[in-house]
Amino acid sequence: MKSLKAQNHPLSSSTHELEVLEAQSEITPFYKKLKESGLFPLKPTQIEVLQINMGKMCNQVCKHCHVDAGPDRKEIMTRDTMGFCLDVIRNENIKNVDLTGGAPEMNPDFRWFVEEIRKISDKINIIVRCNLTIIVANPKYNDLPEFFKTNRIDIASSLPYFTAVKTDSQRGEGVFEKSIKALNMLNAVGYGIAGSGLVLDLVYNPSGAFLPASQSDLELEFKKKLSSQYGIEFNSLFTITNLPISRFLEYLIRSENYESYMEKLLDAYNPVAAANVMCRNTISVGWDGFLYDCDFNQMLELKVETTGSQHISEWNQIQLLNRNIVVNQHCFGCTAGAGSSCGGTTS
Amino acid sequence: MKTYYNSEDLKKFGKIADFQKPMADKFFDYYGEVFKAGALTAREKSLIALAVSHAIQCPYCIEAYTVDTMEKGCDEEQMMEAVHVAAAIRGGASLVHSTQMMNKVKEISM
Ligand code: SF4
Ligand code: SF4
Repeated sequence: MKSLKAQNHPLSSSTHELEVLEAQSEITPFYKKLKESGLFPLKPTQIEVLQINMGKMCNQVCKHCHVDAGPDRKEIMTRDTMGFCLDVIRNENIKNVDLTGGAPEMNPDFRWFVEEIRKISDKINIIVRCNLTIIVANPKYNDLPEFFKTNRIDIASSLPYFTAVKTDSQRGEGVFEKSIKALNMLNAVGYGIAGSGLVLDLVYNPSGAFLPASQSDLELEFKKKLSSQYGIEFNSLFTITNLPISRFLEYLIRSENYESYMEKLLDAYNPVAAANVMCRNTISVGWDGFLYDCDFNQMLELKVETTGSQHISEWNQIQLLNRNIVVNQHCFGCTAGAGSSCGGTTS
Repeated sequence: MKTYYNSEDLKKFGKIADFQKPMADKFFDYYGEVFKAGALTAREKSLIALAVSHAIQCPYCIEAYTVDTMEKGCDEEQMMEAVHVAAAIRGGASLVHSTQMMNKVKEISM
Protein backbone atom coordinates (compact mmCIF):
# COMPACT_ATOMS: atom_id res chain seq x y z
CA MET A 1 0.00 0.00 0.00
CA LYS A 2 1.20 3.49 -0.86
CA SER A 3 0.65 6.78 0.94
CA LEU A 4 -2.06 9.09 -0.43
CA LYS A 5 0.74 11.41 -1.47
CA ALA A 6 2.48 8.72 -3.53
CA GLN A 7 -0.86 7.84 -5.11
CA ASN A 8 -1.36 11.50 -5.99
CA HIS A 9 -4.72 11.23 -4.26
CA PRO A 10 -6.73 14.49 -4.06
CA LEU A 11 -6.99 14.05 -0.27
CA SER A 12 -3.21 14.31 0.04
CA SER A 13 -3.80 18.05 -0.39
CA SER A 14 -4.67 19.73 2.89
CA THR A 15 -6.60 22.42 1.00
CA HIS A 16 -8.86 19.74 -0.43
CA GLU A 17 -9.25 18.06 2.97
CA LEU A 18 -10.38 21.36 4.47
CA GLU A 19 -12.81 21.93 1.59
CA VAL A 20 -14.34 18.50 2.23
CA LEU A 21 -14.58 19.16 5.98
CA GLU A 22 -16.18 22.56 5.52
CA ALA A 23 -18.61 21.45 2.81
CA GLN A 24 -20.87 19.46 5.12
CA SER A 25 -23.41 22.18 5.86
CA GLU A 26 -25.63 20.09 8.17
CA ILE A 27 -22.79 19.81 10.69
CA THR A 28 -22.69 22.82 13.03
CA PRO A 29 -19.37 24.67 12.71
CA PHE A 30 -17.03 23.62 15.51
CA TYR A 31 -16.38 27.19 16.60
CA LYS A 32 -20.11 27.66 17.24
CA LYS A 33 -20.13 24.70 19.59
CA LEU A 34 -17.09 26.19 21.35
CA LYS A 35 -18.96 29.50 21.62
CA GLU A 36 -21.93 27.75 23.26
CA SER A 37 -19.46 26.30 25.76
CA GLY A 38 -17.87 29.71 26.38
CA LEU A 39 -14.58 28.54 24.88
CA PHE A 40 -14.28 30.62 21.72
CA PRO A 41 -11.73 31.84 20.79
CA LEU A 42 -9.92 28.78 22.09
CA LYS A 43 -6.88 29.85 24.12
CA PRO A 44 -3.89 27.96 25.44
CA THR A 45 -3.65 27.48 29.19
CA GLN A 46 0.12 26.91 29.22
CA ILE A 47 2.81 25.15 27.22
CA GLU A 48 3.59 21.90 29.00
CA VAL A 49 4.23 19.58 26.09
CA LEU A 50 6.42 19.95 23.02
CA GLN A 51 5.33 17.31 20.55
CA ILE A 52 7.91 16.87 17.83
CA ASN A 53 7.19 15.14 14.56
CA MET A 54 10.54 13.75 13.47
CA GLY A 55 9.42 12.84 9.98
CA LYS A 56 6.74 11.16 7.94
CA MET A 57 8.81 8.08 7.12
CA CYS A 58 7.41 4.88 8.61
CA ASN A 59 7.88 1.14 8.13
CA GLN A 60 4.09 0.72 8.25
CA VAL A 61 1.24 2.11 6.15
CA CYS A 62 -1.72 1.94 8.52
CA LYS A 63 -5.09 2.48 6.92
CA HIS A 64 -6.20 5.17 9.36
CA CYS A 65 -2.91 7.12 9.58
CA HIS A 66 -3.53 10.86 9.99
CA VAL A 67 0.09 11.57 9.00
CA ASP A 68 -0.21 9.66 5.70
CA ALA A 69 3.09 8.13 6.73
CA GLY A 70 4.86 5.25 5.03
CA PRO A 71 8.15 4.03 3.57
CA ASP A 72 7.58 6.27 0.55
CA ARG A 73 7.52 9.48 2.62
CA LYS A 74 10.90 11.18 2.65
CA GLU A 75 10.17 14.24 4.82
CA ILE A 76 12.51 14.01 7.79
CA MET A 77 13.67 16.43 10.50
CA THR A 78 17.26 17.62 10.17
CA ARG A 79 19.82 17.96 12.98
CA ASP A 80 19.66 21.76 12.56
CA THR A 81 15.94 21.80 13.29
CA MET A 82 16.50 19.44 16.22
CA GLY A 83 19.06 21.97 17.47
CA PHE A 84 16.37 24.68 17.55
CA CYS A 85 14.09 22.26 19.43
CA LEU A 86 16.83 21.65 22.00
CA ASP A 87 17.22 25.43 22.52
CA VAL A 88 13.51 25.77 23.21
CA ILE A 89 13.43 22.76 25.56
CA ARG A 90 16.40 24.24 27.47
CA ASN A 91 15.39 27.91 27.49
CA GLU A 92 11.68 27.48 28.11
CA ASN A 93 12.09 24.73 30.65
CA ILE A 94 9.83 22.31 28.77
CA LYS A 95 8.87 19.40 31.03
CA ASN A 96 7.38 16.98 28.49
CA VAL A 97 8.82 16.12 25.11
CA ASP A 98 6.74 13.84 22.94
CA LEU A 99 8.53 12.33 19.93
CA THR A 100 6.36 11.14 17.10
CA GLY A 101 6.38 10.58 13.35
CA GLY A 102 6.11 8.42 11.17
CA ALA A 103 8.39 6.12 13.05
CA PRO A 104 10.63 8.60 14.89
CA GLU A 105 13.30 5.90 15.28
CA MET A 106 13.82 5.91 11.49
CA ASN A 107 15.22 9.42 11.63
CA PRO A 108 19.03 8.90 11.41
CA ASP A 109 19.56 11.47 14.18
CA PHE A 110 16.91 10.03 16.50
CA ARG A 111 19.31 8.57 19.07
CA TRP A 112 21.51 11.67 19.06
CA PHE A 113 18.46 13.85 19.64
CA VAL A 114 17.13 11.73 22.52
CA GLU A 115 20.52 11.77 24.24
CA GLU A 116 20.79 15.54 23.82
CA ILE A 117 17.35 16.05 25.38
CA ARG A 118 18.29 13.78 28.28
CA LYS A 119 21.50 15.80 28.79
CA ILE A 120 19.41 18.94 29.35
CA SER A 121 17.72 17.43 32.38
CA ASP A 122 17.09 14.15 34.14
CA LYS A 123 13.62 15.37 34.96
CA ILE A 124 12.26 15.82 31.44
CA ASN A 125 9.57 13.36 30.63
CA ILE A 126 10.47 12.03 27.18
CA ILE A 127 7.79 10.01 25.41
CA VAL A 128 8.48 8.07 22.23
CA ARG A 129 5.49 7.03 20.15
CA CYS A 130 6.91 3.70 19.07
CA ASN A 131 4.89 1.65 16.59
CA LEU A 132 6.43 -1.57 18.04
CA THR A 133 7.14 -3.29 14.71
CA ILE A 134 10.10 -0.97 14.10
CA ILE A 135 11.93 -2.80 16.92
CA VAL A 136 11.87 -6.04 14.90
CA ALA A 137 11.92 -4.47 11.40
CA ASN A 138 15.69 -4.61 11.07
CA PRO A 139 18.51 -5.92 13.31
CA LYS A 140 19.79 -2.35 13.71
CA TYR A 141 16.64 -1.54 15.70
CA ASN A 142 16.68 -4.64 17.93
CA ASP A 143 18.49 -2.83 20.73
CA LEU A 144 15.91 -0.03 20.93
CA PRO A 145 14.40 -1.38 24.19
CA GLU A 146 17.86 -1.10 25.83
CA PHE A 147 18.38 2.36 24.35
CA PHE A 148 14.97 3.50 25.64
CA LYS A 149 15.77 2.11 29.07
CA THR A 150 19.18 3.79 29.27
CA ASN A 151 17.59 7.15 28.45
CA ARG A 152 14.56 6.65 30.74
CA ILE A 153 12.09 7.05 27.89
CA ASP A 154 8.36 6.47 28.32
CA ILE A 155 6.92 4.35 25.53
CA ALA A 156 3.46 4.86 24.01
CA SER A 157 2.56 2.24 21.43
CA SER A 158 -0.48 1.63 19.28
CA LEU A 159 -2.18 -1.72 19.48
CA PRO A 160 -5.72 -1.53 18.11
CA TYR A 161 -6.79 -4.85 19.60
CA PHE A 162 -5.62 -7.98 21.35
CA THR A 163 -6.34 -10.14 18.31
CA ALA A 164 -4.44 -10.48 15.02
CA VAL A 165 -7.49 -10.07 12.76
CA LYS A 166 -8.47 -6.65 14.04
CA THR A 167 -4.92 -5.34 14.45
CA ASP A 168 -3.80 -6.49 11.01
CA SER A 169 -6.92 -5.14 9.29
CA GLN A 170 -5.95 -1.66 10.43
CA ARG A 171 -2.16 -1.77 10.57
CA GLY A 172 -1.20 -4.36 7.94
CA GLU A 173 -0.62 -8.07 7.50
CA GLY A 174 1.56 -9.60 10.22
CA VAL A 175 1.67 -6.46 12.39
CA PHE A 176 0.03 -8.13 15.38
CA GLU A 177 2.58 -10.95 15.56
CA LYS A 178 5.49 -8.52 15.26
CA SER A 179 3.94 -6.19 17.83
CA ILE A 180 3.64 -9.05 20.32
CA LYS A 181 7.28 -9.93 19.72
CA ALA A 182 8.31 -6.30 20.31
CA LEU A 183 6.16 -6.09 23.46
CA ASN A 184 7.90 -9.20 24.78
CA MET A 185 11.26 -7.54 24.12
CA LEU A 186 10.16 -4.37 25.94
CA ASN A 187 8.86 -6.41 28.88
CA ALA A 188 12.16 -8.32 28.96
CA VAL A 189 14.13 -5.16 29.79
CA GLY A 190 11.53 -4.11 32.37
CA TYR A 191 9.08 -1.93 30.41
CA GLY A 192 5.53 -2.21 31.71
CA ILE A 193 6.63 -4.34 34.66
CA ALA A 194 5.34 -3.16 38.03
CA GLY A 195 8.02 -1.49 40.14
CA SER A 196 10.50 -1.03 37.26
CA GLY A 197 9.65 2.64 36.75
CA LEU A 198 9.76 2.00 33.00
CA VAL A 199 6.48 3.11 31.45
CA LEU A 200 4.88 1.21 28.59
CA ASP A 201 1.45 2.52 27.63
CA LEU A 202 -0.72 1.15 24.86
CA VAL A 203 -2.95 3.16 22.59
CA TYR A 204 -6.25 1.87 21.22
CA ASN A 205 -8.14 3.44 18.37
CA PRO A 206 -11.23 1.97 16.72
CA SER A 207 -10.68 0.00 13.52
CA GLY A 208 -13.52 1.69 11.67
CA ALA A 209 -16.19 4.37 11.73
CA PHE A 210 -17.16 4.10 15.38
CA LEU A 211 -16.17 5.65 18.70
CA PRO A 212 -13.77 4.09 21.19
CA ALA A 213 -14.90 2.05 24.17
CA SER A 214 -14.58 3.23 27.75
CA GLN A 215 -10.87 3.56 28.52
CA SER A 216 -11.00 1.85 31.91
CA ASP A 217 -13.18 -1.06 30.73
CA LEU A 218 -11.02 -1.70 27.71
CA GLU A 219 -7.82 -1.44 29.74
CA LEU A 220 -9.04 -4.28 31.97
CA GLU A 221 -9.93 -6.37 28.94
CA PHE A 222 -6.54 -5.72 27.26
CA LYS A 223 -4.67 -6.54 30.47
CA LYS A 224 -6.55 -9.77 30.94
CA LYS A 225 -6.14 -10.97 27.35
CA LEU A 226 -2.55 -9.86 26.75
CA SER A 227 -1.37 -11.28 30.03
CA SER A 228 -3.16 -14.64 29.81
CA GLN A 229 -2.46 -15.30 26.14
CA TYR A 230 0.95 -13.72 25.58
CA GLY A 231 2.33 -13.01 29.06
CA ILE A 232 2.51 -9.29 28.23
CA GLU A 233 2.36 -6.55 30.87
CA PHE A 234 1.80 -2.85 30.30
CA ASN A 235 0.92 0.24 32.35
CA SER A 236 -2.11 2.07 30.94
CA LEU A 237 -4.31 1.90 27.91
CA PHE A 238 -5.26 5.16 26.20
CA THR A 239 -8.29 5.23 23.94
CA ILE A 240 -8.17 7.63 21.02
CA THR A 241 -10.87 8.72 18.57
CA ASN A 242 -9.98 8.70 14.88
CA LEU A 243 -10.07 12.22 13.48
CA PRO A 244 -11.57 12.73 10.03
CA ILE A 245 -8.40 13.71 8.22
CA SER A 246 -5.94 12.15 5.78
CA ARG A 247 -6.20 8.37 5.31
CA PHE A 248 -9.04 7.99 7.81
CA LEU A 249 -11.00 10.69 5.95
CA GLU A 250 -10.31 8.87 2.70
CA TYR A 251 -11.61 5.64 4.28
CA LEU A 252 -14.74 7.39 5.60
CA ILE A 253 -15.58 8.81 2.19
CA ARG A 254 -14.79 5.61 0.27
CA SER A 255 -16.87 3.47 2.65
CA GLU A 256 -19.74 6.02 2.64
CA ASN A 257 -19.44 6.51 6.38
CA TYR A 258 -18.28 10.11 6.30
CA GLU A 259 -21.58 11.88 6.93
CA SER A 260 -22.81 9.56 9.63
CA TYR A 261 -19.41 9.63 11.34
CA MET A 262 -19.42 13.43 11.48
CA GLU A 263 -22.98 13.36 12.85
CA LYS A 264 -21.86 10.87 15.46
CA LEU A 265 -18.97 13.12 16.53
CA LEU A 266 -21.25 16.15 16.67
CA ASP A 267 -23.93 14.30 18.66
CA ALA A 268 -21.27 13.17 21.13
CA TYR A 269 -19.84 16.71 21.62
CA ASN A 270 -18.83 17.06 25.26
CA PRO A 271 -18.08 20.56 26.63
CA VAL A 272 -15.88 19.13 29.40
CA ALA A 273 -13.73 17.39 26.80
CA ALA A 274 -13.68 20.64 24.79
CA ALA A 275 -12.25 22.51 27.77
CA ASN A 276 -9.47 19.92 28.02
CA VAL A 277 -8.36 19.54 24.39
CA MET A 278 -4.64 18.87 24.17
CA CYS A 279 -3.84 21.91 21.99
CA ARG A 280 -4.36 24.03 25.11
CA ASN A 281 -1.12 22.82 26.66
CA THR A 282 0.86 21.55 23.67
CA ILE A 283 2.85 22.93 20.78
CA SER A 284 3.44 20.63 17.86
CA VAL A 285 6.61 20.96 15.79
CA GLY A 286 6.60 19.77 12.18
CA TRP A 287 9.50 17.89 10.56
CA ASP A 288 10.54 21.19 8.94
CA GLY A 289 10.34 23.16 12.19
CA PHE A 290 7.02 24.94 11.69
CA LEU A 291 4.76 25.23 14.71
CA TYR A 292 1.18 24.03 15.02
CA ASP A 293 -1.50 23.78 17.71
CA CYS A 294 -1.47 19.98 17.42
CA ASP A 295 -0.32 17.12 15.21
CA PHE A 296 -3.69 17.15 13.37
CA ASN A 297 -3.44 20.85 12.51
CA GLN A 298 0.10 20.08 11.39
CA MET A 299 -1.16 17.54 8.87
CA LEU A 300 -3.78 20.03 7.66
CA GLU A 301 -0.97 22.62 7.38
CA LEU A 302 -2.78 25.02 9.72
CA LYS A 303 0.15 26.83 11.34
CA VAL A 304 -0.12 28.59 14.71
CA GLU A 305 -1.74 32.00 14.35
CA THR A 306 1.08 34.23 15.49
CA THR A 307 2.83 37.01 13.65
CA GLY A 308 6.43 36.23 14.51
CA SER A 309 6.53 32.76 16.03
CA GLN A 310 5.56 30.26 13.39
CA HIS A 311 8.86 28.40 13.31
CA ILE A 312 10.84 26.76 16.12
CA SER A 313 13.82 29.01 15.28
CA GLU A 314 11.75 32.11 16.14
CA TRP A 315 9.98 30.72 19.25
CA ASN A 316 8.24 33.49 21.16
CA GLN A 317 6.61 32.16 24.32
CA ILE A 318 4.45 35.25 24.90
CA GLN A 319 3.04 35.23 21.39
CA LEU A 320 2.39 31.51 21.57
CA LEU A 321 0.62 31.80 24.92
CA ASN A 322 -1.56 34.61 23.62
CA ARG A 323 -2.51 33.02 20.32
CA ASN A 324 -5.95 31.85 19.27
CA ILE A 325 -5.93 28.13 18.53
CA VAL A 326 -6.96 27.34 14.94
CA VAL A 327 -10.02 25.10 14.91
CA ASN A 328 -12.05 23.42 12.20
CA GLN A 329 -14.50 20.55 11.78
CA HIS A 330 -11.89 17.84 12.44
CA CYS A 331 -11.74 19.11 16.05
CA PHE A 332 -15.04 17.32 16.75
CA GLY A 333 -12.89 14.19 17.02
CA CYS A 334 -11.23 15.60 20.16
CA THR A 335 -14.48 16.53 21.89
CA ALA A 336 -16.64 13.45 21.31
CA GLY A 337 -17.72 11.39 24.30
CA ALA A 338 -15.01 11.15 26.92
CA GLY A 339 -12.73 13.25 24.67
CA SER A 340 -9.55 12.28 22.91
CA SER A 341 -5.93 13.32 23.00
CA CYS A 342 -2.52 11.71 22.56
CA GLY A 343 -2.82 10.81 26.24
CA GLY A 344 -6.27 9.23 25.85
CA THR A 345 -9.56 10.53 27.21
CA THR A 346 -9.81 14.06 28.56
CA SER A 347 -12.91 14.08 30.76
CA MET B 1 -38.80 2.50 -2.90
CA LYS B 2 -41.14 2.47 0.08
CA THR B 3 -40.29 -0.10 2.72
CA TYR B 4 -41.69 -0.89 6.15
CA TYR B 5 -38.23 -0.49 7.68
CA ASN B 6 -36.20 2.65 7.12
CA SER B 7 -32.83 2.97 8.89
CA GLU B 8 -33.36 6.75 9.16
CA ASP B 9 -36.27 6.01 11.52
CA LEU B 10 -33.87 4.70 14.15
CA LYS B 11 -32.83 8.30 14.87
CA LYS B 12 -36.50 9.14 15.49
CA PHE B 13 -36.87 6.69 18.37
CA GLY B 14 -37.02 9.53 20.89
CA LYS B 15 -39.94 11.01 18.98
CA ILE B 16 -42.31 8.38 20.36
CA ALA B 17 -42.70 10.93 23.18
CA ASP B 18 -44.55 13.24 20.76
CA PHE B 19 -47.63 11.05 21.01
CA GLN B 20 -47.40 9.96 24.65
CA LYS B 21 -44.80 11.78 26.73
CA PRO B 22 -45.22 10.47 30.30
CA MET B 23 -44.96 6.84 29.24
CA ALA B 24 -42.06 7.54 26.86
CA ASP B 25 -40.21 9.40 29.62
CA LYS B 26 -40.70 6.50 32.00
CA PHE B 27 -39.58 4.03 29.32
CA PHE B 28 -36.40 5.96 28.44
CA ASP B 29 -35.52 6.46 32.11
CA TYR B 30 -35.92 2.76 32.67
CA TYR B 31 -33.98 1.96 29.49
CA GLY B 32 -31.11 4.16 30.58
CA GLU B 33 -31.06 2.57 34.01
CA VAL B 34 -31.07 -0.95 32.59
CA PHE B 35 -28.01 -0.34 30.44
CA LYS B 36 -25.89 1.29 33.14
CA ALA B 37 -23.06 -0.83 34.50
CA GLY B 38 -24.28 -2.73 37.55
CA ALA B 39 -23.77 -6.34 38.53
CA LEU B 40 -23.16 -6.79 34.80
CA THR B 41 -20.78 -4.51 32.92
CA ALA B 42 -22.14 -2.16 30.23
CA ARG B 43 -20.24 -4.32 27.74
CA GLU B 44 -21.92 -7.55 28.87
CA LYS B 45 -25.33 -5.87 28.72
CA SER B 46 -24.62 -4.65 25.22
CA LEU B 47 -23.76 -8.19 24.07
CA ILE B 48 -26.97 -9.51 25.63
CA ALA B 49 -28.90 -6.76 23.81
CA LEU B 50 -27.22 -7.74 20.55
CA ALA B 51 -28.22 -11.38 21.03
CA VAL B 52 -31.80 -10.46 21.96
CA SER B 53 -32.02 -8.12 18.95
CA HIS B 54 -31.37 -11.11 16.75
CA ALA B 55 -33.82 -13.31 18.63
CA ILE B 56 -36.59 -10.72 18.19
CA GLN B 57 -35.25 -9.91 14.70
CA CYS B 58 -35.53 -6.15 15.10
CA PRO B 59 -33.44 -4.41 12.40
CA TYR B 60 -33.27 -1.17 14.40
CA CYS B 61 -31.94 -2.96 17.47
CA ILE B 62 -29.50 -5.00 15.39
CA GLU B 63 -28.03 -1.84 13.87
CA ALA B 64 -27.94 0.00 17.19
CA TYR B 65 -26.34 -2.85 19.15
CA THR B 66 -23.87 -3.76 16.42
CA VAL B 67 -22.45 -0.26 16.72
CA ASP B 68 -22.82 -0.23 20.50
CA THR B 69 -20.98 -3.53 21.04
CA MET B 70 -18.16 -2.32 18.78
CA GLU B 71 -18.03 0.92 20.74
CA LYS B 72 -17.79 -1.17 23.89
CA GLY B 73 -14.66 -2.82 22.49
CA CYS B 74 -16.14 -6.16 21.37
CA ASP B 75 -14.81 -7.86 18.26
CA GLU B 76 -16.59 -9.77 15.51
CA GLU B 77 -15.95 -13.17 17.08
CA GLN B 78 -17.52 -12.17 20.38
CA MET B 79 -20.48 -10.60 18.61
CA MET B 80 -21.10 -13.66 16.48
CA GLU B 81 -20.87 -15.91 19.54
CA ALA B 82 -23.57 -13.78 21.16
CA VAL B 83 -25.79 -14.27 18.10
CA HIS B 84 -25.14 -18.02 18.28
CA VAL B 85 -26.37 -17.96 21.87
CA ALA B 86 -29.61 -16.40 20.60
CA ALA B 87 -29.79 -18.94 17.77
CA ALA B 88 -29.11 -21.86 20.11
CA ILE B 89 -31.86 -20.76 22.47
CA ARG B 90 -34.30 -20.20 19.61
CA GLY B 91 -33.40 -23.56 18.02
CA GLY B 92 -33.45 -25.26 21.39
CA ALA B 93 -36.85 -23.76 22.15
CA SER B 94 -38.26 -25.34 18.99
CA LEU B 95 -36.56 -28.65 19.60
CA VAL B 96 -37.49 -28.92 23.26
CA HIS B 97 -41.14 -28.53 22.23
CA SER B 98 -40.71 -31.71 20.24
CA THR B 99 -41.04 -33.52 23.55
CA GLN B 100 -44.72 -32.52 23.38
CA MET B 101 -44.91 -33.95 19.88
CA MET B 102 -43.24 -37.12 21.11
CA ASN B 103 -45.60 -37.36 24.08
CA LYS B 104 -48.58 -36.99 21.79
CA VAL B 105 -47.20 -39.51 19.31
CA LYS B 106 -46.81 -42.02 22.13
CA GLU B 107 -50.24 -41.22 23.48
CA ILE B 108 -52.04 -41.95 20.23
CA SER B 109 -49.84 -44.72 18.91
CA MET B 110 -50.25 -48.45 19.47
S1 SF4 C 1 -0.27 5.19 12.27
FE1 SF4 C 1 1.83 5.29 13.07
S2 SF4 C 1 2.70 3.29 12.56
FE2 SF4 C 1 0.90 3.55 11.29
S3 SF4 C 1 1.62 4.42 9.36
FE3 SF4 C 1 1.00 6.13 10.67
S4 SF4 C 1 2.86 6.74 11.72
FE4 SF4 C 1 3.23 4.70 10.90
S1 SF4 D 1 -7.76 18.85 16.43
FE1 SF4 D 1 -6.07 19.95 17.37
S2 SF4 D 1 -6.76 22.06 17.38
FE2 SF4 D 1 -8.56 20.83 17.11
S3 SF4 D 1 -9.32 20.49 19.20
FE3 SF4 D 1 -8.04 18.74 18.65
S4 SF4 D 1 -6.06 19.26 19.50
FE4 SF4 D 1 -7.23 21.18 19.38
